Amino acid sequence: MWDFIWNDFLVTGEPIIYGAMASIVLATVGIVFVLTYFKLWKWLWDEYLTTVDHKKIGIMYIIAALAMLFRGGVDALMMRTQLALPNMNFLNSVHYNEIFTTHGTVMILFMAMPFIIGLMNVAVPLQIGARDVAFPFLNAFSFWTFFFGAMLFNISFVIGGSPSAGWTSYVPMAGPELSPEINQNYYLLALQLSGIGTLATGINFLVTILRMRAPGMTLMKMPIFTWSALITSIIIIFAFPILTIALALMTLDRIFGTHFFTLAGEGMPMMWANLFWLWGHPEVYIVILPAFGVFSEVISTFARKQLFGYKAMVYAMCVIAGLSFVVWVHHFFTMGAGAGVNSLFSITTMLIAVPTGIKIFNWLGTMYKGRIRFNVPMLWALAFIPNFTIGGVTGVMLGMASADYQYHNTYFLIAHFHYVLIAGTLFGMFAGLTYWYPKMFGHKMNEKIGKISFWFTVIGFNITFLPQFFLGLMGMPRRTYTIEPEWMPLNLLSTAGAFILATGFVIFTFNIYYSARYEPREKTGDAWDGRSLEWATTTPVPHYNFATIPYVNSHEAYWDMKETGATTYDESKLEPIHMPSYKGLPIIMSAIMFMASFGLVWHWFWLAIPGLLGVIICMVIRSFDFDEGYHVPIDEIKRTEEQARGRKE
Amino acid sequence: MKNLVSWFKRLFMVPGLFALLLVASGCSGITVLDPKGPVARTQQELIIFSITLMSVIVIVVFVLFFYMIIRFRERPNWTDKDYDPHQHGNTTLEIIWTVIPFIIVAALSVPTVTSLYALESPPEETNDQEPLVIHADTSNWKWYFSYPEQDIETVNYLHIPENRPIEFKLASADSMTALWIPALGGQKYNMAGMQNTLYLQADEEGEFAGRNANYNGSGFAEHTFTVTSESEEEFNQWVSDVQNNAPEMTKDRFDQYLEPGLAQEAEYSSTHLEYVDFGMNSGRSYITDLYGGNLGEQLHLEGGEGGPWEEE
Repeated sequence: MWDFIWNDFLVTGEPIIYGAMASIVLATVGIVFVLTYFKLWKWLWDEYLTTVDHKKIGIMYIIAALAMLFRGGVDALMMRTQLALPNMNFLNSVHYNEIFTTHGTVMILFMAMPFIIGLMNVAVPLQIGARDVAFPFLNAFSFWTFFFGAMLFNISFVIGGSPSAGWTSYVPMAGPELSPEINQNYYLLALQLSGIGTLATGINFLVTILRMRAPGMTLMKMPIFTWSALITSIIIIFAFPILTIALALMTLDRIFGTHFFTLAGEGMPMMWANLFWLWGHPEVYIVILPAFGVFSEVISTFARKQLFGYKAMVYAMCVIAGLSFVVWVHHFFTMGAGAGVNSLFSITTMLIAVPTGIKIFNWLGTMYKGRIRFNVPMLWALAFIPNFTIGGVTGVMLGMASADYQYHNTYFLIAHFHYVLIAGTLFGMFAGLTYWYPKMFGHKMNEKIGKISFWFTVIGFNITFLPQFFLGLMGMPRRTYTIEPEWMPLNLLSTAGAFILATGFVIFTFNIYYSARYEPREKTGDAWDGRSLEWATTTPVPHYNFATIPYVNSHEAYWDMKETGATTYDESKLEPIHMPSYKGLPIIMSAIMFMASFGLVWHWFWLAIPGLLGVIICMVIRSFDFDEGYHVPIDEIKRTEEQARGRKE
Repeated sequence: MKNLVSWFKRLFMVPGLFALLLVASGCSGITVLDPKGPVARTQQELIIFSITLMSVIVIVVFVLFFYMIIRFRERPNWTDKDYDPHQHGNTTLEIIWTVIPFIIVAALSVPTVTSLYALESPPEETNDQEPLVIHADTSNWKWYFSYPEQDIETVNYLHIPENRPIEFKLASADSMTALWIPALGGQKYNMAGMQNTLYLQADEEGEFAGRNANYNGSGFAEHTFTVTSESEEEFNQWVSDVQNNAPEMTKDRFDQYLEPGLAQEAEYSSTHLEYVDFGMNSGRSYITDLYGGNLGEQLHLEGGEGGPWEEE
C-alpha cells in the first residue's frame, strides 16, 4: 500500500515537484484557514458555489482562467529557462516534455476557453437585455465541470505524472502500447469532463441569444460581441462533439483495450490526427472570434464612432466560421497526402486571410474620423492590430503547403501561433476584462499600472516571439528540450523576452489587487461612455440585470437611449421579475464526476462505477426538482434601483 | 501557368531582393534560406516570394494604423473639424479591400500549387538520372537507412552522392516521426504501416544536419543524423567498403535495435528489409508483437543519457 503510494501514486524524485507539493499543501491550508477564521464558508457557499447568476459565474470563470494563466505561464518560463543556453540542466527531457504538453493544454483549454466563456457570461446577457442565460442551472453545471476538469488535469503533475505526448496527443505515441503509464488518461478524462461543460455552454448561449433578446433587437441589431458569441456557440456545437468522440475512442483504447487508433489490431493512428484537428482547427476560431468581438466593441467605444462596416464584420465572422471547418489538413500537410489534397487545403487556408483582412481594415476604418482615447482597454485593442497582422501573414505563409514542409514542426510555427493567440486571444481578453471590469466589480482598473503592465507585455511579447521565426528557419524543431550552440543567441533573447512578458502579467494581476483597494467606486454604470445595453444598467448590476427592458432600434441601443433620454428604469412599467433559485446540485454533481473520472484514470472501477451511478442519481434528482424559482417583488426592485441610481436613500 | 509565375516573380523582384539582402546580411546561417539542393531552393524561392508579398501587406497595415492613431487621437487642441461619429462604412472601400486579398491569395496559390506538384517527383534538373532509393525507417530514437540496391544499411548517418536525386521511402516502426534535412528540403512524416516518398537532392559536397522533426518522446532531441554528400566515386568507394567490411544486420541484432534507446552510428552489409518492412501494413505491429507490454518501460530515457547501444 505504502509502496504503491510512494512509487506510483505520487510523483517523486523531482525537487521542483516536491516544492510544488509543499506549496499546494500550504496554499490549501491557507485558504481553508482564511475561510474558517473569517467565517466565510457559508458566504462562499451561498453566494458563489451555488450561484446560477451569469455575472458571478462569469467572474468565477475569469478568476479560474487567470489562475491557469499563471500556471501555464510558469510552465512557459521553465521551458524558456531550459532553452536559454545549450546543455542546460534545469529540466531533463521527460520533465520538459510534460511541461510543454501541459503548457499547451492548459493555455488553450483551461485558460483561453474559460476566459472567453467568462467574458461571454458577463457581457452577453447584458448586451441583449436579458435577465439571465436561457438555462441558468446548466450554466452553473458548465462552469463546475470545467473547473473540476481543470483540477483533474492539474493534479496530474503531483499524482501519477503529467501527460507528455504533446497537447495534440498523437497516437501511436499517446496510445496504450507506447504510453502505458496512466498520465495520458488524465489528458483524456480532464478534456472530456471540461468538454461537456463547453458543449453545454455553446447550446446555452445559442438559445440565449436566439430567444432572449430585448424587443426590437433583430439579429442585425445585435452588438458585435454578441454576434461573435453566437457564431462561437455554433462552432462549439459542431466542433466539440468531434472531440468528445475522439477522446472517448482513445479512452476505450487505453483503458478497455479496443483498437481504434493502436498500432496493433488494424487501428488507424491517422484517424486520431484527423479527428483531433477537425475539432482543433475550429477551436482556434472559438478562441479568436470572441476576441474579435471585444476589439470591435472597444475600438468603436474609444474611437467614439460607430463600427465601420457592421454588416461586413458580421459576414466576415460567418465566413471565417465556415472556413474553419475545411482547413484542418493544413496541420499535417507533411503526412503524405497527395499534391491535389494539399493544394485544396492550402487554398482554403489562405482564403481565411480574406475575411480576416476585411476585419482588420474595418477596424482601421472605425478609427478614421474618430476621436481616439487611449485608455487601457483601447491600448490592448490597438496593440492587437499590428501584432496580429504579423501572426496573420505568417499564417498565410504556413498555409502554402510546399513551403510548409520547411516550417512544419519548427519554431516558425511556434512563433506564428503565439502571435495569433497572444496578440489575438490574450490581448482581446485583457481588453475585454479591463473594459467590462467596472461592470463586474464596480470600479475601474488603475490606468497607470495598467499602462505599465501593457508595455511590459507587448514589448516582452515581441522580444520573445520575433526571434523564433528566425530560429525556425535555422532548423530548430519545436518540442526539443535542448538547443544546438548556433541557436543560442536568439534563444537567449527569446528567454529574456519571456521574463519581461511575465513581468507584465504579474503587474496586471497586481493591478487587480491595487484597484480593488484604491480605485474610486464607479457609480454611473456607464464607465466609458458606452454604446450597447450593458452600460444602460446600474453598477453594481442588480441580480435581475434590468428593471425594465428597453425597446431596441439599432445595434447601438444605449447610444440611442442616451440621445432620446430613455432609461432601463421606467417606474410605470415595473412588474415582478421571475428569477431562478440558487442550486447546490451543479457543484455536487461535477464533484462526483471528478471522482468517477479520477477512478477511471487509475483503472479503479470500484470508484468509477459508483461515480457514474452517482451522476445518474443526480440527474434523477434534478428531473424531480419542481422548483420554478421566485419572483422579485416590485417593492424590492424599486428599492434597489432608487438606491443604485442615487435618487433616494 | 509558367508565365504567370515568372511575371509575379519579376513584379516582386525589387522588394524581394531587398528582403533577401536584409535577411541574408542580418542572419547568415539561416539554413532554410541557404539551400544546398534543388528541392530546398524551390521552397526557399517560394518563401522569399511570400515574405515579399506579405511585407507589402504588413507595411500597408502599419502605415494606415499609425496614420489613424496619430491623426485622429484626442489631443489638447482638439476641434470637431475631423470628427464624424455617424460615418459608418464605405461600400467602395470595403469592396476594394475584399478584392485585393483575393488577388493576393490567387498570386500565392499559383506558385504553391505548381511547386506542390513539382515536389511529387524528382527534381527536373536531374531527371536523366535514376533516383537512388533509400529506405529511411525509425524506431524510438534511431534512424535506419537501408540502401536496397547496394544491400547495405546504416544507423544514424547517411551518405549520398551529389547531383543525384534521392528517393526516400519513409516509414516508422512505432511513433510518428519526420525526416528533415533543412539544407536539402522540407520534411515528411514517417508512419507505421504506411510508406511516404520524399525526393531530396544535394548540389554540392558537404555535411548537413538531419533530424526527426516530429516529437516522439524522451530521446526526441537526440534523434538526429548527419548527411554526407560526396562525389559519385567517393560514394561508390564508401558503398563497397561497407559491403566488404561491415557485419550483417541479422534479425536478432535488428530486434535488439528496436528496443527504445539511443544508438551510435553503425553500418551493416545487409538490410533489415529482409525481415520486416514497416512501410507495409503487415509490418506495423512488428515492434508491439515483439516487445508487447514491456516496450513502455524503456521509454523514459533519463535526460537523453545513453541507451542500451551507447557502449557498442
